[in-house]
Amino acid sequence: MSRTRTRTPVVPGWFAGEGDDFRLLGTRCSACASVFFPREDAFCRNPGCPGGELAEVPLSRKGRVWSYTDSRYRPPSPYVSDPELEWQSYALIAVELEFERIVVLGQAVPGVTVADLTVGMEMEVVPGVLNEDAETTWTTWHWRPTGVGA
Amino acid sequence: MTGEVAVLGAGMHPWGKWGRGFVEYGTVAARAALADAGVDWRDVGSIVGADTVRGGYPGYVAGATFAKALGWQGARVASVYAACASGAQAVNTARAQILSGLADVVLVVGADAAPKGFFRPAGGDRPDDPDWLRFRVLGATNPTYFGLYARRRMAVHGDTLEDFAQVKVKNAAQGALNPNARYRKRVTAEEVAASTVVADPLRLLDICATSDGAAALVLSSMEFARRHEVADPVRIRAVSTVTPRFPTTVLDLPDIATDSAVAVEPAAETFRASIARAAYEEAGIGPEDLSLAEVYDLSTALELQWYEDLGLCGEGEAAKLLREGATAPGGRIPVNVSGGLASFGEAVPAQAIAQVCELTWQLRGTAGERQITGARVGITANQGLFGHGSSVIAVR
Ligand SMILES: [Zn+2]
Repeated sequence: MSRTRTRTPVVPGWFAGEGDDFRLLGTRCSACASVFFPREDAFCRNPGCPGGELAEVPLSRKGRVWSYTDSRYRPPSPYVSDPELEWQSYALIAVELEFERIVVLGQAVPGVTVADLTVGMEMEVVPGVLNEDAETTWTTWHWRPTGVGA
Repeated sequence: MTGEVAVLGAGMHPWGKWGRGFVEYGTVAARAALADAGVDWRDVGSIVGADTVRGGYPGYVAGATFAKALGWQGARVASVYAACASGAQAVNTARAQILSGLADVVLVVGADAAPKGFFRPAGGDRPDDPDWLRFRVLGATNPTYFGLYARRRMAVHGDTLEDFAQVKVKNAAQGALNPNARYRKRVTAEEVAASTVVADPLRLLDICATSDGAAALVLSSMEFARRHEVADPVRIRAVSTVTPRFPTTVLDLPDIATDSAVAVEPAAETFRASIARAAYEEAGIGPEDLSLAEVYDLSTALELQWYEDLGLCGEGEAAKLLREGATAPGGRIPVNVSGGLASFGEAVPAQAIAQVCELTWQLRGTAGERQITGARVGITANQGLFGHGSSVIAVR
Protein backbone atom coordinates (compact mmCIF):
# COMPACT_ATOMS: atom_id res chain seq x y z
CA MET A 1 0.00 0.00 0.00
CA SER A 2 1.51 3.32 -0.99
CA ARG A 3 0.66 6.60 0.57
CA THR A 4 0.68 9.92 -1.20
CA ARG A 5 3.85 11.89 -0.79
CA THR A 6 4.12 15.64 -1.26
CA ARG A 7 6.33 16.63 -4.20
CA THR A 8 8.76 19.27 -2.94
CA PRO A 9 11.74 20.82 -4.76
CA VAL A 10 15.01 19.95 -3.00
CA VAL A 11 15.81 23.66 -3.14
CA PRO A 12 12.92 26.14 -3.39
CA GLY A 13 12.98 28.53 -6.35
CA TRP A 14 15.65 26.81 -8.46
CA PHE A 15 13.29 25.20 -10.97
CA ALA A 16 9.60 24.98 -11.81
CA GLY A 17 7.14 23.51 -14.27
CA GLU A 18 6.25 20.06 -15.54
CA GLY A 19 7.05 18.22 -18.75
CA ASP A 20 8.12 20.47 -21.61
CA ASP A 21 7.50 23.54 -19.45
CA PHE A 22 10.12 22.51 -16.88
CA ARG A 23 12.85 25.14 -16.50
CA LEU A 24 15.76 25.97 -14.26
CA LEU A 25 15.11 29.37 -12.69
CA GLY A 26 17.80 32.01 -12.31
CA THR A 27 17.70 35.73 -11.83
CA ARG A 28 18.71 38.53 -14.20
CA CYS A 29 20.03 41.95 -13.24
CA SER A 30 17.97 44.79 -14.69
CA ALA A 31 21.05 47.03 -14.94
CA CYS A 32 23.72 44.83 -16.56
CA ALA A 33 21.70 41.78 -17.75
CA SER A 34 23.98 39.32 -15.92
CA VAL A 35 22.21 36.05 -15.23
CA PHE A 36 22.70 34.11 -12.01
CA PHE A 37 22.19 30.44 -11.26
CA PRO A 38 21.91 29.52 -8.47
CA ARG A 39 19.79 32.62 -8.17
CA GLU A 40 21.03 35.81 -6.55
CA ASP A 41 18.12 37.72 -5.08
CA ALA A 42 19.87 40.45 -3.08
CA PHE A 43 22.78 41.87 -5.09
CA CYS A 44 24.22 41.62 -8.59
CA ARG A 45 27.74 40.10 -8.44
CA ASN A 46 29.10 41.88 -11.52
CA PRO A 47 31.75 44.18 -9.97
CA GLY A 48 31.24 46.71 -12.76
CA CYS A 49 27.49 46.95 -12.27
CA PRO A 50 25.90 49.94 -10.52
CA GLY A 51 23.33 47.50 -9.15
CA GLY A 52 19.94 46.65 -10.55
CA GLU A 53 16.80 44.77 -9.64
CA LEU A 54 17.12 41.00 -9.79
CA ALA A 55 14.12 39.43 -11.47
CA GLU A 56 13.45 35.71 -11.86
CA VAL A 57 14.21 34.35 -15.32
CA PRO A 58 13.87 30.84 -16.77
CA LEU A 59 17.12 29.47 -18.22
CA SER A 60 17.42 27.92 -21.66
CA ARG A 61 16.05 24.41 -21.75
CA LYS A 62 18.84 23.03 -23.92
CA GLY A 63 22.59 23.17 -23.87
CA ARG A 64 25.69 21.17 -24.74
CA VAL A 65 27.87 18.90 -22.62
CA TRP A 66 30.90 20.78 -21.24
CA SER A 67 32.08 17.68 -19.42
CA TYR A 68 30.77 14.67 -17.52
CA THR A 69 31.70 12.11 -14.91
CA ASP A 70 30.01 9.71 -12.54
CA SER A 71 29.81 8.70 -8.89
CA ARG A 72 30.98 5.11 -8.52
CA TYR A 73 30.92 5.34 -4.73
CA ARG A 74 28.09 6.37 -2.45
CA PRO A 75 28.47 10.10 -1.71
CA PRO A 76 28.45 11.05 1.98
CA SER A 77 25.60 12.80 3.77
CA PRO A 78 23.84 15.17 3.21
CA TYR A 79 23.34 13.20 -0.03
CA VAL A 80 20.48 10.84 0.76
CA SER A 81 20.67 7.20 -0.27
CA ASP A 82 19.39 3.96 1.23
CA PRO A 83 22.37 2.23 2.89
CA GLU A 84 20.43 -1.04 2.71
CA LEU A 85 20.50 -0.97 -1.08
CA GLU A 86 23.48 -1.63 -3.28
CA TRP A 87 24.90 1.62 -4.56
CA GLN A 88 23.87 2.49 -8.11
CA SER A 89 26.24 4.97 -9.74
CA TYR A 90 24.80 7.83 -11.74
CA ALA A 91 26.30 10.22 -14.26
CA LEU A 92 26.89 13.90 -13.52
CA ILE A 93 26.87 16.27 -16.46
CA ALA A 94 28.07 19.86 -16.73
CA VAL A 95 26.03 21.51 -19.46
CA GLU A 96 26.86 24.81 -21.13
CA LEU A 97 23.85 26.97 -21.98
CA GLU A 98 24.73 28.92 -25.10
CA PHE A 99 22.55 31.95 -24.55
CA GLU A 100 23.36 32.46 -20.87
CA ARG A 101 27.04 31.44 -21.33
CA ILE A 102 26.87 29.49 -18.11
CA VAL A 103 27.78 25.90 -17.21
CA VAL A 104 25.30 24.12 -14.93
CA LEU A 105 26.01 20.79 -13.24
CA GLY A 106 23.26 18.22 -12.83
CA GLN A 107 22.60 14.52 -12.55
CA ALA A 108 21.77 12.62 -15.72
CA VAL A 109 18.35 11.03 -16.05
CA PRO A 110 18.42 7.49 -14.65
CA GLY A 111 19.71 5.00 -17.20
CA VAL A 112 22.08 7.39 -18.96
CA THR A 113 25.69 6.43 -18.23
CA VAL A 114 29.02 8.00 -19.15
CA ALA A 115 29.22 5.54 -22.04
CA ASP A 116 26.24 7.35 -23.60
CA LEU A 117 27.85 10.79 -23.39
CA THR A 118 30.32 12.90 -25.33
CA VAL A 119 31.52 16.47 -24.84
CA GLY A 120 29.46 18.76 -27.09
CA MET A 121 26.37 16.52 -27.18
CA GLU A 122 23.05 18.36 -26.86
CA MET A 123 21.14 17.95 -23.60
CA GLU A 124 17.84 19.18 -22.25
CA VAL A 125 16.70 19.81 -18.73
CA VAL A 126 13.88 17.62 -17.41
CA PRO A 127 12.18 17.19 -14.03
CA GLY A 128 13.56 14.40 -11.86
CA VAL A 129 13.34 12.83 -8.44
CA LEU A 130 16.30 13.07 -6.08
CA ASN A 131 14.98 10.87 -3.27
CA GLU A 132 11.84 9.98 -1.36
CA ASP A 133 11.15 9.69 2.34
CA ALA A 134 7.97 8.86 4.24
CA GLU A 135 6.18 12.11 3.50
CA THR A 136 8.05 13.75 0.65
CA THR A 137 9.22 13.16 -2.89
CA TRP A 138 12.17 15.52 -3.25
CA THR A 139 12.32 16.79 -6.83
CA THR A 140 15.30 18.07 -8.79
CA TRP A 141 16.49 18.71 -12.34
CA HIS A 142 18.08 16.11 -14.59
CA TRP A 143 19.94 16.39 -17.89
CA ARG A 144 18.74 14.16 -20.71
CA PRO A 145 20.31 13.70 -24.16
CA THR A 146 18.10 15.11 -26.91
CA GLY A 147 19.55 12.67 -29.41
CA VAL A 148 21.44 15.46 -31.17
CA GLY A 149 25.17 14.66 -31.19
CA ALA A 150 28.25 16.81 -30.76
CA MET B 1 58.93 44.46 -6.33
CA THR B 2 57.96 43.43 -2.81
CA GLY B 3 60.74 42.79 -0.31
CA GLU B 4 61.97 39.31 0.47
CA VAL B 5 61.74 37.31 3.67
CA ALA B 6 64.15 34.57 4.71
CA VAL B 7 63.20 30.95 5.28
CA LEU B 8 65.25 30.07 8.36
CA GLY B 9 63.70 26.71 9.10
CA ALA B 10 61.41 24.06 7.67
CA GLY B 11 59.94 21.04 9.39
CA MET B 12 57.26 18.41 8.91
CA HIS B 13 55.49 15.60 10.67
CA PRO B 14 55.34 12.67 8.26
CA TRP B 15 52.04 12.24 6.38
CA GLY B 16 49.98 9.15 7.10
CA LYS B 17 47.06 7.93 9.15
CA TRP B 18 48.49 8.01 12.61
CA GLY B 19 45.31 8.17 14.70
CA ARG B 20 46.40 11.11 16.82
CA GLY B 21 45.33 14.76 17.00
CA PHE B 22 46.35 17.63 14.74
CA VAL B 23 47.88 19.54 17.66
CA GLU B 24 50.47 16.84 18.20
CA TYR B 25 51.36 16.72 14.51
CA GLY B 26 51.64 20.51 14.32
CA THR B 27 53.79 20.68 17.41
CA VAL B 28 56.19 18.08 16.02
CA ALA B 29 56.49 20.06 12.76
CA ALA B 30 56.92 23.36 14.61
CA ARG B 31 59.66 21.98 16.85
CA ALA B 32 61.41 20.54 13.79
CA ALA B 33 61.27 23.88 11.97
CA LEU B 34 62.56 25.77 15.03
CA ALA B 35 65.40 23.28 15.45
CA ASP B 36 66.22 23.55 11.74
CA ALA B 37 66.31 27.34 12.10
CA GLY B 38 68.31 27.28 15.32
CA VAL B 39 65.75 29.66 16.80
CA ASP B 40 64.43 29.42 20.36
CA TRP B 41 60.63 29.41 20.42
CA ARG B 42 60.75 32.13 23.08
CA ASP B 43 62.44 34.43 20.56
CA VAL B 44 59.63 34.08 18.02
CA GLY B 45 57.59 37.28 17.87
CA SER B 46 54.56 35.95 16.04
CA ILE B 47 52.86 32.67 15.26
CA VAL B 48 50.45 32.10 12.39
CA GLY B 49 48.33 28.96 12.30
CA ALA B 50 46.58 27.55 9.23
CA ASP B 51 43.22 26.35 10.51
CA THR B 52 41.63 22.95 10.21
CA VAL B 53 37.85 22.57 10.20
CA ARG B 54 38.15 19.00 11.44
CA GLY B 55 39.56 19.51 14.91
CA GLY B 56 36.74 21.28 16.72
CA TYR B 57 37.27 24.77 18.13
CA PRO B 58 41.04 24.38 18.60
CA GLY B 59 41.25 23.90 14.83
CA TYR B 60 39.54 27.25 14.16
CA VAL B 61 42.09 29.04 16.35
CA ALA B 62 45.07 26.98 15.25
CA GLY B 63 47.63 29.74 15.85
CA ALA B 64 46.73 29.98 19.52
CA THR B 65 46.38 26.20 19.80
CA PHE B 66 49.94 25.65 18.59
CA ALA B 67 51.26 28.56 20.72
CA LYS B 68 49.77 26.96 23.81
CA ALA B 69 51.13 23.54 22.91
CA LEU B 70 54.61 24.98 22.40
CA GLY B 71 54.27 26.87 25.70
CA TRP B 72 52.70 30.32 25.97
CA GLN B 73 55.43 32.93 25.54
CA GLY B 74 53.40 36.00 24.63
CA ALA B 75 53.87 35.98 20.83
CA ARG B 76 51.48 37.85 18.56
CA VAL B 77 48.99 35.34 17.09
CA ALA B 78 46.92 34.94 13.93
CA SER B 79 44.86 32.06 12.54
CA VAL B 80 43.82 31.90 8.92
CA TYR B 81 41.55 29.71 6.83
CA ALA B 82 41.36 29.41 3.05
CA ALA B 83 40.70 25.69 2.52
CA CYS B 84 43.58 24.16 0.53
CA ALA B 85 45.17 27.60 0.28
CA SER B 86 45.28 28.12 4.06
CA GLY B 87 49.00 27.48 4.19
CA ALA B 88 49.76 30.17 1.62
CA GLN B 89 47.59 32.61 3.53
CA ALA B 90 49.56 31.77 6.67
CA VAL B 91 52.88 32.30 4.87
CA ASN B 92 51.60 35.57 3.46
CA THR B 93 50.37 36.79 6.83
CA ALA B 94 53.78 36.07 8.30
CA ARG B 95 55.48 37.80 5.38
CA ALA B 96 53.31 40.90 5.72
CA GLN B 97 54.14 41.15 9.41
CA ILE B 98 57.87 40.82 8.71
CA LEU B 99 57.91 43.29 5.81
CA SER B 100 55.88 45.84 7.76
CA GLY B 101 58.19 45.55 10.75
CA LEU B 102 55.58 44.08 13.07
CA ALA B 103 57.69 40.98 13.69
CA ASP B 104 61.26 39.84 13.07
CA VAL B 105 60.69 36.09 13.28
CA VAL B 106 57.40 34.32 12.60
CA LEU B 107 56.49 30.65 13.01
CA VAL B 108 53.97 29.30 10.48
CA VAL B 109 52.24 26.00 11.26
CA GLY B 110 49.55 23.92 9.55
CA ALA B 111 48.34 20.49 10.62
CA ASP B 112 45.42 18.19 10.02
CA ALA B 113 43.99 14.89 11.16
CA ALA B 114 41.87 13.79 8.23
CA PRO B 115 38.73 11.66 8.26
CA LYS B 116 38.37 8.44 6.28
CA GLY B 117 36.96 8.57 2.76
CA PHE B 118 35.48 11.55 0.95
CA PHE B 119 35.75 14.98 2.49
CA ARG B 120 32.23 15.97 3.46
CA PRO B 121 30.68 19.25 4.54
CA ALA B 122 30.26 20.16 8.20
CA GLY B 123 27.08 18.76 9.79
CA GLY B 124 23.63 20.33 9.94
CA ASP B 125 21.18 21.49 7.25
CA ARG B 126 22.58 24.58 5.54
CA PRO B 127 20.72 25.22 2.28
CA ASP B 128 22.51 28.58 1.91
CA ASP B 129 25.97 26.91 1.87
CA PRO B 130 27.13 25.88 -1.64
CA ASP B 131 29.35 23.21 -0.09
CA TRP B 132 26.32 21.63 1.60
CA LEU B 133 24.16 22.06 -1.50
CA ARG B 134 26.50 20.26 -3.89
CA PHE B 135 26.41 17.18 -1.69
CA ARG B 136 22.67 17.33 -0.95
CA VAL B 137 21.44 18.14 -4.44
CA LEU B 138 24.00 16.39 -6.64
CA GLY B 139 26.10 14.10 -4.48
CA ALA B 140 29.02 15.94 -6.04
CA THR B 141 32.14 14.90 -4.12
CA ASN B 142 35.58 16.39 -4.74
CA PRO B 143 36.46 13.57 -7.20
CA THR B 144 33.35 14.57 -9.20
CA TYR B 145 35.05 17.84 -10.09
CA PHE B 146 38.38 16.11 -10.77
CA GLY B 147 36.54 13.75 -13.11
CA LEU B 148 34.90 16.64 -14.96
CA TYR B 149 38.26 18.39 -15.48
CA ALA B 150 39.92 15.18 -16.63
CA ARG B 151 37.19 14.35 -19.16
CA ARG B 152 37.24 17.93 -20.43
CA ARG B 153 41.02 17.70 -21.01
CA MET B 154 40.59 14.41 -22.87
CA ALA B 155 37.92 15.92 -25.12
CA VAL B 156 39.59 19.28 -25.74
CA HIS B 157 43.31 18.45 -25.66
CA GLY B 158 43.40 14.74 -26.42
CA ASP B 159 44.95 13.72 -23.08
CA THR B 160 44.73 9.99 -22.49
CA LEU B 161 44.29 7.75 -19.46
CA GLU B 162 47.88 6.63 -20.07
CA ASP B 163 49.03 10.26 -19.69
CA PHE B 164 47.19 10.55 -16.39
CA ALA B 165 48.69 7.27 -15.18
CA GLN B 166 52.16 8.48 -16.12
CA VAL B 167 51.77 11.43 -13.74
CA LYS B 168 51.12 8.97 -10.93
CA VAL B 169 54.07 6.82 -11.95
CA LYS B 170 56.35 9.88 -11.94
CA ASN B 171 55.14 11.20 -8.58
CA ALA B 172 55.11 7.81 -6.85
CA ALA B 173 58.75 7.30 -7.84
CA GLN B 174 59.58 10.56 -6.06
CA GLY B 175 57.40 9.74 -3.06
CA ALA B 176 59.39 6.53 -2.66
CA LEU B 177 62.41 8.76 -2.00
CA ASN B 178 60.69 11.05 0.51
CA PRO B 179 60.70 10.05 4.20
CA ASN B 180 57.82 12.47 4.90
CA ALA B 181 55.53 10.96 2.25
CA ARG B 182 52.70 8.61 3.19
CA TYR B 183 52.97 6.38 0.11
CA ARG B 184 56.52 5.25 -0.46
CA LYS B 185 56.06 2.58 -3.09
CA ARG B 186 56.65 3.00 -6.78
CA VAL B 187 53.54 2.50 -8.89
CA THR B 188 53.29 1.17 -12.44
CA ALA B 189 50.96 2.37 -15.17
CA GLU B 190 49.38 -1.08 -15.09
CA GLU B 191 48.58 -0.68 -11.39
CA VAL B 192 46.90 2.66 -12.07
CA ALA B 193 44.88 1.14 -14.90
CA ALA B 194 43.87 -1.80 -12.70
CA SER B 195 42.67 0.38 -9.83
CA THR B 196 38.95 0.90 -9.48
CA VAL B 197 37.17 3.81 -11.18
CA VAL B 198 36.05 6.43 -8.65
CA ALA B 199 34.79 9.23 -10.88
CA ASP B 200 34.98 8.41 -14.57
CA PRO B 201 37.55 8.69 -16.17
CA LEU B 202 39.64 8.79 -13.00
CA ARG B 203 40.69 5.78 -10.98
CA LEU B 204 41.60 5.42 -7.36
CA LEU B 205 45.31 5.88 -8.11
CA ASP B 206 44.58 9.06 -10.12
CA ILE B 207 43.06 10.75 -7.07
CA CYS B 208 44.85 11.91 -3.96
CA ALA B 209 43.92 10.49 -0.57
CA THR B 210 43.27 12.43 2.61
CA SER B 211 46.00 12.24 5.23
CA ASP B 212 47.20 13.31 8.64
CA GLY B 213 50.24 15.54 8.47
CA ALA B 214 51.85 18.81 9.48
CA ALA B 215 54.33 21.31 8.13
CA ALA B 216 55.95 24.40 9.61
CA LEU B 217 58.27 27.21 8.57
CA VAL B 218 60.31 29.75 10.48
CA LEU B 219 60.37 32.98 8.47
CA SER B 220 62.35 36.10 9.31
CA SER B 221 63.45 39.46 8.02
CA MET B 222 66.61 39.44 5.90
CA GLU B 223 68.19 41.62 8.58
CA PHE B 224 67.42 39.03 11.28
CA ALA B 225 68.83 36.29 9.06
CA ARG B 226 72.10 38.21 8.75
CA ARG B 227 72.26 38.74 12.53
CA HIS B 228 71.52 35.04 12.88
CA GLU B 229 74.55 34.42 10.64
CA VAL B 230 72.66 32.84 7.78
CA ALA B 231 74.48 34.46 4.88
CA ASP B 232 72.57 33.00 1.96
CA PRO B 233 69.12 31.90 3.10
CA VAL B 234 66.34 30.66 0.88
CA ARG B 235 64.13 33.71 0.34
CA ILE B 236 60.44 33.98 -0.37
CA ARG B 237 60.12 36.46 -3.18
CA ALA B 238 56.42 36.27 -3.97
CA VAL B 239 53.19 35.02 -2.46
CA SER B 240 50.12 35.13 -4.66
CA THR B 241 46.80 35.03 -2.84
CA VAL B 242 44.57 36.39 -5.62
CA THR B 243 40.86 35.78 -6.09
CA PRO B 244 39.00 35.06 -9.35
CA ARG B 245 37.54 37.72 -11.61
CA PHE B 246 33.88 37.84 -12.62
CA PRO B 247 32.70 35.98 -14.60
CA THR B 248 34.38 32.66 -13.81
CA THR B 249 34.20 30.19 -16.68
CA VAL B 250 35.61 27.02 -15.10
CA LEU B 251 33.29 25.05 -12.86
CA ASP B 252 35.10 25.11 -9.53
CA LEU B 253 34.53 23.35 -6.25
CA PRO B 254 32.08 23.69 -4.57
CA ASP B 255 29.93 25.44 -7.19
CA ILE B 256 26.97 23.97 -9.03
CA ALA B 257 27.36 26.43 -11.91
CA THR B 258 29.86 28.90 -13.34
CA ASP B 259 29.11 32.59 -13.54
CA SER B 260 27.21 33.65 -16.63
CA ALA B 261 29.31 35.45 -19.22
CA VAL B 262 26.29 36.86 -21.02
CA ALA B 263 26.88 40.45 -19.86
CA VAL B 264 30.60 40.63 -19.17
CA GLU B 265 33.33 39.13 -21.36
CA PRO B 266 35.52 36.80 -19.28
CA ALA B 267 39.21 37.56 -18.81
CA ALA B 268 41.45 35.87 -21.36
CA GLU B 269 43.23 33.89 -18.65
CA THR B 270 41.59 31.48 -16.22
CA PHE B 271 41.69 31.93 -12.47
CA ARG B 272 44.40 29.31 -12.07
CA ALA B 273 46.58 31.01 -14.68
CA SER B 274 46.09 34.35 -12.92
CA ILE B 275 47.35 32.85 -9.65
CA ALA B 276 50.72 32.05 -11.23
CA ARG B 277 50.91 35.29 -13.22
CA ALA B 278 50.50 37.34 -10.05
CA ALA B 279 53.34 35.39 -8.43
CA TYR B 280 55.62 35.80 -11.45
CA GLU B 281 54.92 39.53 -11.61
CA GLU B 282 55.62 39.99 -7.93
CA ALA B 283 58.86 38.01 -8.16
CA GLY B 284 59.97 39.66 -11.39
CA ILE B 285 60.62 36.30 -13.02
CA GLY B 286 58.95 34.06 -15.59
CA PRO B 287 58.36 30.35 -16.05
CA GLU B 288 61.63 30.07 -18.00
CA ASP B 289 63.54 30.92 -14.79
CA LEU B 290 62.16 28.03 -12.76
CA SER B 291 64.25 25.12 -11.53
CA LEU B 292 61.27 23.20 -10.17
CA ALA B 293 57.57 23.44 -9.35
CA GLU B 294 55.38 21.91 -6.66
CA VAL B 295 51.76 21.88 -7.82
CA TYR B 296 48.53 20.69 -6.28
CA ASP B 297 47.93 17.32 -7.93
CA LEU B 298 44.57 16.55 -6.34
CA SER B 299 44.28 14.35 -9.41
CA THR B 300 46.77 13.28 -12.04
CA ALA B 301 44.88 15.25 -14.69
CA LEU B 302 44.97 18.37 -12.55
CA GLU B 303 48.77 18.24 -12.45
CA LEU B 304 48.75 18.44 -16.25
CA GLN B 305 46.40 21.43 -16.07
CA TRP B 306 48.85 23.23 -13.78
CA TYR B 307 51.67 22.82 -16.36
CA GLU B 308 49.66 25.04 -18.66
CA ASP B 309 48.44 27.40 -15.96
CA LEU B 310 52.02 27.95 -14.78
CA GLY B 311 53.12 28.66 -18.35
CA LEU B 312 55.48 25.68 -18.45
CA CYS B 313 53.97 24.96 -21.87
CA GLY B 314 51.22 26.27 -24.09
CA GLU B 315 47.54 25.43 -23.68
CA GLY B 316 46.85 21.80 -24.52
CA GLU B 317 50.56 20.87 -24.52
CA ALA B 318 50.84 19.49 -20.99
CA ALA B 319 50.62 15.83 -21.94
CA LYS B 320 53.35 16.39 -24.55
CA LEU B 321 55.55 18.02 -21.89
CA LEU B 322 54.98 15.02 -19.65
CA ARG B 323 55.65 12.48 -22.39
CA GLU B 324 58.94 14.25 -23.21
CA GLY B 325 60.02 13.77 -19.61
CA ALA B 326 60.41 17.52 -19.10
CA THR B 327 58.59 17.42 -15.77
CA ALA B 328 60.45 14.39 -14.39
CA PRO B 329 63.70 14.72 -12.41
CA GLY B 330 66.46 15.54 -14.87
CA GLY B 331 63.98 17.18 -17.22
CA ARG B 332 63.72 20.87 -18.10
CA ILE B 333 61.29 21.69 -15.29
CA PRO B 334 60.75 18.89 -12.76
CA VAL B 335 57.29 19.01 -11.15
CA ASN B 336 56.37 17.55 -7.78
CA VAL B 337 59.78 16.17 -6.95
CA SER B 338 58.47 15.78 -3.38
CA GLY B 339 56.10 13.12 -4.70
CA GLY B 340 53.19 15.57 -4.65
CA LEU B 341 49.76 14.92 -3.24
CA ALA B 342 49.87 11.59 -5.05
CA SER B 343 52.45 10.44 -2.50
CA PHE B 344 51.35 12.52 0.48
CA GLY B 345 47.55 12.58 0.39
CA GLU B 346 46.02 15.89 1.28
CA ALA B 347 46.39 17.32 4.79
CA VAL B 348 44.56 20.51 3.90
CA PRO B 349 46.06 23.28 6.09
CA ALA B 350 49.54 21.76 5.98
CA GLN B 351 49.80 21.13 2.27
CA ALA B 352 50.72 24.56 0.92
CA ILE B 353 53.29 24.91 3.72
CA ALA B 354 54.71 21.48 2.88
CA GLN B 355 55.18 22.64 -0.71
CA VAL B 356 57.37 25.49 0.56
CA CYS B 357 59.30 23.06 2.80
CA GLU B 358 60.22 21.05 -0.32
CA LEU B 359 61.32 24.19 -2.16
CA THR B 360 63.43 25.15 0.84
CA TRP B 361 65.26 21.82 0.96
CA GLN B 362 65.71 21.77 -2.81
CA LEU B 363 67.08 25.33 -2.94
CA ARG B 364 69.41 24.60 -0.04
CA GLY B 365 70.64 21.51 -1.86
CA THR B 366 69.70 19.24 1.03
CA ALA B 367 66.90 17.22 -0.58
CA GLY B 368 68.94 14.03 -0.61
CA GLU B 369 67.97 11.51 -3.26
CA ARG B 370 65.31 13.88 -4.56
CA GLN B 371 67.76 16.75 -5.09
CA ILE B 372 67.43 18.67 -8.35
CA THR B 373 70.95 19.71 -9.28
CA GLY B 374 71.59 23.43 -9.05
CA ALA B 375 68.02 24.39 -8.08
CA ARG B 376 67.80 28.19 -7.72
CA VAL B 377 64.15 29.15 -8.23
CA GLY B 378 61.03 27.24 -7.28
CA ILE B 379 57.31 27.86 -7.45
CA THR B 380 54.38 26.32 -5.62
CA ALA B 381 50.83 26.47 -6.89
CA ASN B 382 47.51 25.55 -5.45
CA GLN B 383 43.93 26.65 -5.25
CA GLY B 384 41.64 26.66 -2.24
CA LEU B 385 37.94 26.14 -2.71
CA PHE B 386 35.70 29.23 -2.60
CA GLY B 387 38.17 31.27 -4.71
CA HIS B 388 41.57 31.21 -3.01
CA GLY B 389 44.67 31.46 -5.13
CA SER B 390 47.92 30.22 -3.67
CA SER B 391 51.38 30.41 -5.16
CA VAL B 392 54.78 30.98 -3.55
CA ILE B 393 58.04 31.70 -5.34
CA ALA B 394 61.26 31.01 -3.45
CA VAL B 395 64.80 31.71 -4.63
CA ARG B 396 68.34 31.27 -3.48
ZN1 LIG C 1 24.15 43.90 -12.60
